[in-house]
Amino acid sequence: MSAHAGTAGLAGSIPASEAEGTGSGDGPAPVRIVVAYGFWIFLLSDIIMFSALFAAYAVLSGQTAGGPGARELFDLHHVAIETLCLLFSSYTCGLGTLALEQRRLRGFYLCFALTFVLGASFLGLEISEFAGLVARGAGPSRSAFLSAFFSLVGLHGVHVSAGLLWMTFMVAQTAAKGPRPFVRRRLLCFSLFWHALDIIWVGLLTLVYLMGAR
Amino acid sequence: MEQVPTPQRGSPGDDSDSDAFHSDATGSVATYTVGLVFALLLTGGSFLVSQTNLLWAPGVSAGLAVLAIAQMGVHLVFFLHISTGRDNANNVLALAFGVLIVTLVVGGSLWIMANLNANMLSPAAIMQMQR
Repeated sequence: MSAHAGTAGLAGSIPASEAEGTGSGDGPAPVRIVVAYGFWIFLLSDIIMFSALFAAYAVLSGQTAGGPGARELFDLHHVAIETLCLLFSSYTCGLGTLALEQRRLRGFYLCFALTFVLGASFLGLEISEFAGLVARGAGPSRSAFLSAFFSLVGLHGVHVSAGLLWMTFMVAQTAAKGPRPFVRRRLLCFSLFWHALDIIWVGLLTLVYLMGAR
Repeated sequence: MEQVPTPQRGSPGDDSDSDAFHSDATGSVATYTVGLVFALLLTGGSFLVSQTNLLWAPGVSAGLAVLAIAQMGVHLVFFLHISTGRDNANNVLALAFGVLIVTLVVGGSLWIMANLNANMLSPAAIMQMQR
């Protein structure tokens, strides 16, 4: 670890007396730490936006207006496969980020190809679920429950689509520019984004599908 | 106070150590594997609890909530690398603030809406008043 990497938090926020003993100076934190912190704040704001939709769903989940409820609509086998896709794509995304850090380009491409395939399968399953619901007359306009369901789960799906787009850009950029520091910082932000989508999916799975289908 | 030698090129804090391997920020294969195993176990547990009569029926929602929060913790620690390290103090504080806001938004909405529901007159009662 270099002298810089030991510095805590943002520039100069730790007094020199506290920094003693770790052998680190109190210079500015590495760009990497600051960038990850800023992106983490964006992710938290994104999670707060999701929390509003979670609250709306929790309030409206019983308001089916005489239409079908969660128990009749959701297929847990489908949802289990979606969950596995997301979990394993998070794993391969982490391994891919690690591979680029260690300059193993072949491992990086392999891991991100797998991440893309798993993410795209998740999205395909979700689209087929939505299409099935609409075909059965349970579209977003059927009841307050379904409006809340489509906006909450749909927004997560939009995030996954944006992630797939970002992933292709990152792979193309790595191919064009090599594992330079700024490329690796962007990939770090991407992996944080992809892992945060998993956290939101855990909440969705529990509140919408598992509690709903009982 | 000892002066840390700063690189001549670029701004202070720039990636002068760009070739160093930052295991603290990206974890290791072992970290990700342990995280994946925990996540799979907890997800399996959630499905098990919701699909069987393993738990006392009124406690299933609470059990699912506990499993979900545990899994979110696993994701934060093993995938997002939120830790108690010195470089992480700011991240942990931001996370604590985020958790506070999320609790207020979700808990507050549920509380207020439950109160409104309880105070609402049923259609039958309204008919009664109109007579």
